[in-house]
Amino acid sequence: MKRIIIPEEREALFDLVEGEEILLSGRCYTIRDSACKRLVADNSLPFEMKNEMLYFAGPSPARPGEIIGSCGPTTSSRMEPFFEFFLSKGVSGMIGKGPLSKEAISILAKYKAVYFVGIGGVAAYLSQFIKASTIIAYPELGTEAIHRLILKDLPLYTK
Amino acid sequence: MREIDVSLITEKIALLVQEVNYSLPKDILSAIRSTKESETNERAKGILSILIENSRIAREKQIPICQDTGLCLFFVELGEDVRVEGLYPAINSGVRKGYTEGYLRMSMAKSPLFRENTKDNTPAIIHTEIVSGDSLKIQLLIRGGGSENMSLLKMLGPTEKEEAITEAVLAHTREKACFVCPPLFIGIGIGGDSGKAVLLSKKAVLRGLVRNANERIAILEESLLEKVNQLGIGPAGLGGRTTALAVNIEEYPTHIGLFPIAITLSCCATRYGQIEV
Repeated sequence: MKRIIIPEEREALFDLVEGEEILLSGRCYTIRDSACKRLVADNSLPFEMKNEMLYFAGPSPARPGEIIGSCGPTTSSRMEPFFEFFLSKGVSGMIGKGPLSKEAISILAKYKAVYFVGIGGVAAYLSQFIKASTIIAYPELGTEAIHRLILKDLPLYTK
Repeated sequence: MREIDVSLITEKIALLVQEVNYSLPKDILSAIRSTKESETNERAKGILSILIENSRIAREKQIPICQDTGLCLFFVELGEDVRVEGLYPAINSGVRKGYTEGYLRMSMAKSPLFRENTKDNTPAIIHTEIVSGDSLKIQLLIRGGGSENMSLLKMLGPTEKEEAITEAVLAHTREKACFVCPPLFIGIGIGGDSGKAVLLSKKAVLRGLVRNANERIAILEESLLEKVNQLGIGPAGLGGRTTALAVNIEEYPTHIGLFPIAITLSCCATRYGQIEV
């Protein structure tokens, strides 16, 4: 099983085969419906997206003293209308759950970006692989705020 | 007339929403354990172990098994000899209290069009049935967005038979299971009008791992489960035999010209529970 650290070892993301399991470490940003809509409507970037990874997720609140609550992937296909925008800003890839449409897959291919699926419905388990979490934009959106996460060995599968 | 103090209901609901979110129901956990034995795909076996591990971690740390702690769907059975003043506000207060104190995710938007989070996970969706007697039973089903988005309502023809149900269930599951976090708990409602069928499909999930008392329906449930588990979708959609843990059907009389069918695809984090007052 390959271990990859992003963004430092991002080149390794592009050498994976379909259905491969990897352990991902490093930096990524959570984003989901409301934040996607906001970002595109404002056409402003609350963080530099070039070479970064997006994680479609909306965590539950952290208990006092904890890094984060439960955090697992949400349905990626809902974010498809925003793919072209993200990828045109240089995003390396996305993490979510569930299949993508043919159109979304071809947009990913056009920008040479990658897509990983995480296991859905096991967010208490998956939150163990999150070592830091900071809200960096849209705190008023609650769970839908953009969080910068630091991962350590998050299990993912290529699609 | 038996009088019930609503503050008791609020307290019990606040505890219920937390308990239900912090671990899988016992019957579902044991279904995962036993299906793991018969699973031949190694990756699928591994994911089934993670489901069990996830529930253990969540219970221990008192954090939700799934970050989507859902909308709260309640089915109330209110005895006609019970007097309770302000039942709905009491249930909503319980949801507010439980979600806030339990560090659960707030996932309700004020309007489908204009959005904006209500920030306390209310309002809940509450359906009430008046029954005889002086008891009050409240059942809770947590519905996450990912799985609720894959709900189906279809109007079959009144002369169709079991095969039409099988065809609808297999086609829908094949197309949508991967979006829902399998292994699934498939609830099916047949009969009534369109709205009744949808409600029945949710009540079917609440029945848990018990076969329908009607033998003909029970046989159909068994056969559907077997066929769904031949689709090869598997846990997390990554292949394997375990695509569903259960298929439950609820039925209701219908119009001579109707045959509605509704399908609720509940996920591997199916969460339900109940209180009795």
